[in-house]
Amino acid sequence: MIAAIHFRASGRLRRIAALIRKETYQVFRDPSSIAVGIVMPMMLLVLFSYGLSFDVKSVPVAIVLEDSSADARGAASGFELSEYFAAVPVKTMAEAQRLLLGKTVDAIVRIPPDFARRVELGDAEIQILVHGTDANTARISLAYAQGAIGVWMAREAAQGRIIAGAPIGIESRMWFNDANESSYFLVPGLIVLVMTLIGALLTALVVAREWERGTFEALFVTPVRPGEILLGKTVPYFVLGLVGLALSVAGAKLLFQVPLRGSLTILTIVSMLYLVVALGIGLLISSLTKSQFIASQLTMVVTFLPAMMLSGFMFDIRSMPLVIQGITHIFPARYFVSLLQTLFLAGDVWAVILPNAAVLAGMGALLMSLAVRATRKKIG
Amino acid sequence: MIAPTPTSPVSVRDIYKAFRRKTGETVKALDGVSFEAKAATLTALVGPDGAGKTTLLRLISGLMASDAGELEVVGVKVAADPQAVQDRIGYMPQKFGLYEDLSVQENLDLYTDLHGISAEDRKAIYPRLMEMTQLGRFRERLAGKLSGGMKQKLGLACTLVRSPELLLLDEPTVGVDPLSRRELWEIVLKLVREEGLTVVVSTAYLDEAERCDHAVVMHAGKVLAQGSPEDVTAEAKGRTFILAVPDGMPARSLQARLFQQHGVIDAVPEAGQVRVVLASAGDTASLAPNGAKDAPRPVPPRFEDGFMVLFHAVAGQAHRNAMTLDRPQSVDPNAIAVEVHDLVRTFGDFTAVDHVSFKVRKGEIYGLLGPNGAGKSTTFRMLCGLLPASNGTLRVAGADLRTSRAEARQKLGYVAQQFSLYGQLSVDENLDFFASAYGLRGRRKADRVAWAKRQFELDQFSRLPSGQLPGGFKQRLAMAAALLHEPEILFLDEATSGADPMARREFWGRITSLSEQGVTVIVTTHFMEEAEYCDRIVILDAGRNLAEGTPAEIRSHAAATGGEEPTMEDAFIAIVEKSRNGPAAQTAGNAA
Repeated sequence: MIAAIHFRASGRLRRIAALIRKETYQVFRDPSSIAVGIVMPMMLLVLFSYGLSFDVKSVPVAIVLEDSSADARGAASGFELSEYFAAVPVKTMAEAQRLLLGKTVDAIVRIPPDFARRVELGDAEIQILVHGTDANTARISLAYAQGAIGVWMAREAAQGRIIAGAPIGIESRMWFNDANESSYFLVPGLIVLVMTLIGALLTALVVAREWERGTFEALFVTPVRPGEILLGKTVPYFVLGLVGLALSVAGAKLLFQVPLRGSLTILTIVSMLYLVVALGIGLLISSLTKSQFIASQLTMVVTFLPAMMLSGFMFDIRSMPLVIQGITHIFPARYFVSLLQTLFLAGDVWAVILPNAAVLAGMGALLMSLAVRATRKKIG
Repeated sequence: MIAPTPTSPVSVRDIYKAFRRKTGETVKALDGVSFEAKAATLTALVGPDGAGKTTLLRLISGLMASDAGELEVVGVKVAADPQAVQDRIGYMPQKFGLYEDLSVQENLDLYTDLHGISAEDRKAIYPRLMEMTQLGRFRERLAGKLSGGMKQKLGLACTLVRSPELLLLDEPTVGVDPLSRRELWEIVLKLVREEGLTVVVSTAYLDEAERCDHAVVMHAGKVLAQGSPEDVTAEAKGRTFILAVPDGMPARSLQARLFQQHGVIDAVPEAGQVRVVLASAGDTASLAPNGAKDAPRPVPPRFEDGFMVLFHAVAGQAHRNAMTLDRPQSVDPNAIAVEVHDLVRTFGDFTAVDHVSFKVRKGEIYGLLGPNGAGKSTTFRMLCGLLPASNGTLRVAGADLRTSRAEARQKLGYVAQQFSLYGQLSVDENLDFFASAYGLRGRRKADRVAWAKRQFELDQFSRLPSGQLPGGFKQRLAMAAALLHEPEILFLDEATSGADPMARREFWGRITSLSEQGVTVIVTTHFMEEAEYCDRIVILDAGRNLAEGTPAEIRSHAAATGGEEPTMEDAFIAIVEKSRNGPAAQTAGNAA
């Protein structure tokens, strides 16, 4: 009896091992697996880090000085000294507008003729016009412009002169990203994309491929159990996902000197949790569609695009409309992004790690059990 | 607990299975099917496309559940415990799911592991499988790089790693050349006869059914008849005759005429004559007015004849299949339609086509025959201007393909091996698209599309997405699309692969009438008996031209090596084997 049970267990392990071995050969021989698993993450890393930058530096700005007082020149000097701006002095507002429309400058700072007088009265105004086609840059430029004026006010304050009125200095220091490098944000966010690609997209594709090529039909009529087939698919891509993680973390540290302020162990654990979630989605989608084309489209829409847009990786969730904010809670990437950004830039903040990790673990368990349920040894 | 193998490893009682198509209608795939497969016998499921053969095998293997009826396999009720059945049987689906990026050995290893074969047993099994399949030399080769026949043999080997109690084979020889087909069957027969394995095989090749112990003839989800192949053959007793063809007339012309005649169930060209099956025994009177040379000579029936009798009873008289061209082309027996001289095509250091030359006259039906990988498809692609030649000259319809490819293309129609129309588009939309692609517009386009739909009887399916057409109609649509621009030459690449006997006869009826109206037709085929429809054929192997001539001339090759009244298939195998064994083997053979 014991021997029989042992025999059964060893038969099961052998089957799983055989499936894992088979899948591993396929990963190494199929250029598309390597492309999605290794080359694409590396390309994304380079592309996002070098090509896509939210940093705003040397924004060309037209300075229209309609007042020649010392105060006016002082306020303008804030822009000339700032590394964030390249000041272009112009005579008239009309000329400045022409430059703005021609995109020669991205912003206009207009210091009106009565500036000095109104400074004395305490209701001075400076007009700042920003080219709004690139909303992101525009918003940041605006904040910097206010900063530049703040610098001037601070300088005046240091000389014992308090300037009240519209241009009030705003605290715009960026927490945890003092250097204001967007790669600090982007690289951790990139890990989400890599994990999503490997976990969900690649898995969905390879499972759907087995349905399409009819390889499952032959495999089903053997002693193999559905759970074993799933495990045989999960393990290799789980490992590949961890390789992707290692490459991304190494790339982040070595290429972009992004600090990892939290612990590597916790980073690995939460990444594993997210991988399980992604694998679950991939397996579930492919079991339901059985077609590579539909599986890839669906995975892109359900996982990759939300991971990019609704996770807080590119766009701050807090600045989204409330409805969208609510929707982001459905997507697992959101939780993983907050975990990653916290771990990389802030450290082991348990108040962030625990709830987010718990959500991922719950989602993983749910998706995996659904995937097991959806995988049946049936055709049609 | 393992149930002992019963005397009938497969027992199917009154099984029903229906599917719902996407368009909403219900298709009865199996409509009250019953049969038993006795231990250590070979059972064949025979029938046209859509008869329900694949569904039946999937039900037996527990991959599908039936709607009603009882199904016991190796003593287990499949519906209750499919896994218990799957642990004990072997199943080879139609396209065996080999992992193409795994080597032969790795595929085998996967299946031995899945079946839990010990390392010790493996040592005994592998040499036996390698000997049986002759795959020993290719162990390291990736499965995707094997020829069609070798893939099927590897698939078979994978299901045989652990001696199953029952082996299910779903159309194992579709797309496999005659040589590999013969080898595959030798393996299967040996398993049944020598090792007492129970095998259920589905097939559309009627000569294969002739070799089994029990034949189940299926049509539209129902069993038409079952019994020994002799029982099926006996249906045509006293009804089969051979008719000699008048001089100067191709056998196919007489065959086409007879095929549609009332009182005639079946007619096929055979060895330059025509074989007919009559609706009622001895009613040779109906054959009289066809200009046959001599009186019909009675011959013993074959399985295929019996099958056609059974089939005729449910399907009725054959479809009208003669075609009328709007503008028949001039028939000039001396005009050359296609001229190939010293054609060479290399891929890297591999020579796919090696100095091949032939000429095809206008209005001829010309056949390219050869095993998998012989270079047929490569030659075809060059003839159609889809692939440039490495060397040699190619003239198609008077145009040199090397210099004026577009001009030549306008004069030829091409039907690819795989269904290459747009499955999501309806029949009308596909025809409209292809007509535009050939540059037809306005009135002429409308006329041509109407002509194609009329000639191919596609009107009833106008709005149906072409992917959902029944098998034979897909092929008709493909041919209709290729004829829209009234080409002078029609290329058909394995057009009848996987088609059932009815569809194939219909297809050849169309080809015959096209050729009578001056269209030159070049075909490749795996069905050797179809070579009988051709005026001349060329046999290719390993890119070389082995033999060329009329079917009678080709058949004489086999006669020379012995055997009485050789079939085209015998001749083909004799020619290819002679060339493969080389001069040395030949001398040895002569000495013996």
